[in-house]
Amino acid sequence: MRIVCPFCGERELGEFTYLGDAKPVRPAAGAGADAVYDYVYLRDNIAGVMSENWYHGGGCRAWLKVTRNTLTHEISAIEPAAGAGAAKVGA
Amino acid sequence: MKYSIFSLARAALSGHKNWQRTWRDATPKDRYDVVIIGGGGHGLATAWFLASEYGIKNVAVLEKGWIGSGNAGRNTTIIRSNYGLPGNTGFYELSMKLWERMEQDLNYNAMVSQRGVINLYHSDAQRDAYARRGNTMRINGIDAELLDLAAVKKMMPFLNFDNARFPVQGGLLQRRGGTARHDAVVWGYAHAASGLGVDIIQNCEVTGFVRDANGKVTGVETSRGRIGAGKVGMAVAGSSSRVAEMAGLRLPIESHVLQAFVSEAIKPLIPNVMTFGAGHFYVSQSDKGGLVFGGDIDGYNSYAQRGNLPVMEDVCEGGMALMPMIGRVRLLRQWGGIMDMSMDGSPIIDKTPVDGLYLNAGWCYGGFKATPGSGFVFAHLLARDTPHEEAVRFRLDRFRTGAMIDEKGQGAQPNLH
Repeated sequence: MRIVCPFCGERELGEFTYLGDAKPVRPAAGAGADAVYDYVYLRDNIAGVMSENWYHGGGCRAWLKVTRNTLTHEISAIEPAAGAGAAKVGA
Repeated sequence: MKYSIFSLARAALSGHKNWQRTWRDATPKDRYDVVIIGGGGHGLATAWFLASEYGIKNVAVLEKGWIGSGNAGRNTTIIRSNYGLPGNTGFYELSMKLWERMEQDLNYNAMVSQRGVINLYHSDAQRDAYARRGNTMRINGIDAELLDLAAVKKMMPFLNFDNARFPVQGGLLQRRGGTARHDAVVWGYAHAASGLGVDIIQNCEVTGFVRDANGKVTGVETSRGRIGAGKVGMAVAGSSSRVAEMAGLRLPIESHVLQAFVSEAIKPLIPNVMTFGAGHFYVSQSDKGGLVFGGDIDGYNSYAQRGNLPVMEDVCEGGMALMPMIGRVRLLRQWGGIMDMSMDGSPIIDKTPVDGLYLNAGWCYGGFKATPGSGFVFAHLLARDTPHEEAVRFRLDRFRTGAMIDEKGQGAQPNLH
């Protein structure tokens, strides 16, 4: 697997760190225990195309949103994650 | 057929041409008392314990490929019971005791080899943590010895003791730990279960659950037709989320790829199973001479059964730090298996919220050593509808109630074991 960073170009996997599924959103402070349990512990664990957060720690240190197939490791789209520093400067 | 010195002699005299198949490749019946999804070690062990211990012989094991083609055939064959937390300690010792009698129970040579498992320590803090774990083991009647540097040097003189960064200071040894021949474990359980009437059905992929008006699971839809069941047990680690999803369940599990490696064969070198405490590297030597080793999971969700190069590099660096001379040994093979990474690093053996559906999942890195124990307690749960006393803590709802079994104490991450 190689990842084409939108800022640095194609780089080897070892430069990146994985956070996981990009879909779960941290519950609001007042959300109940069920919402927190769901966010912290439960996973869709998708077999197929999944949107994920990756961090380019060995390069530009931007957070990336990577669309990847967990069955084949094929990557179909990569973009700066919303709120990432580089995204703010309009990359 | 029963294996003995006489059956071996008879077969030898006829040129080994008259060996019979060791288990029966069955075609599905319409209905079974218990259907187990997954023909790996855990599923087959469950079927055998159901038939031999709990008297339930109308059992089918459904396997989408061939038996043992998943993680049972992809691990590094290590067996041990050196766990520190209530829940794990007793369960893995139950499993170890079953390993010790497995070959007699099954009438099958699984090459169980109690050559010892040693975890090396490299700092004072790690020694203290290992001493504590060793004491926990001994309090629970499990063998453990804390070795100092001199004892490790005597046992493994080939290690790099001049490593300034990660000096070997000693190790925690469990002499009863060791290895077993992974495929033979699968075949042995298939042999013994089949002999008691269990149907082992290959190339039979479960595609859905049959539910009655109350939502109770009453069977499974498969690629070989509908099969009715009194109860259905899942033992499909790696694919647990995919199968559970068919019943509308979401699990506290991520599927990750773990790689394993074998070097070319060399003369006998490593006398035991050894782990590097300053990185993640574990190694033993097979009877054929290959060094069998592994390390961390790759770290990203995967169902692909293959890994990538960064982890391979990391694992080999761990090996080189411990034994620089293996740098001249060539890597022969490498493969990947899909782990059920649970959110506390411990397994789940429990009823599900769906009536009639039982779950055996979340084995993380450690499913192989648990094979006999897992089969035993899962059979107990299926037969009695109450958890076995050594599995009461492996509840599915522990993540909601806060009763996690987190050996590392690191919280909810799918990279624990």
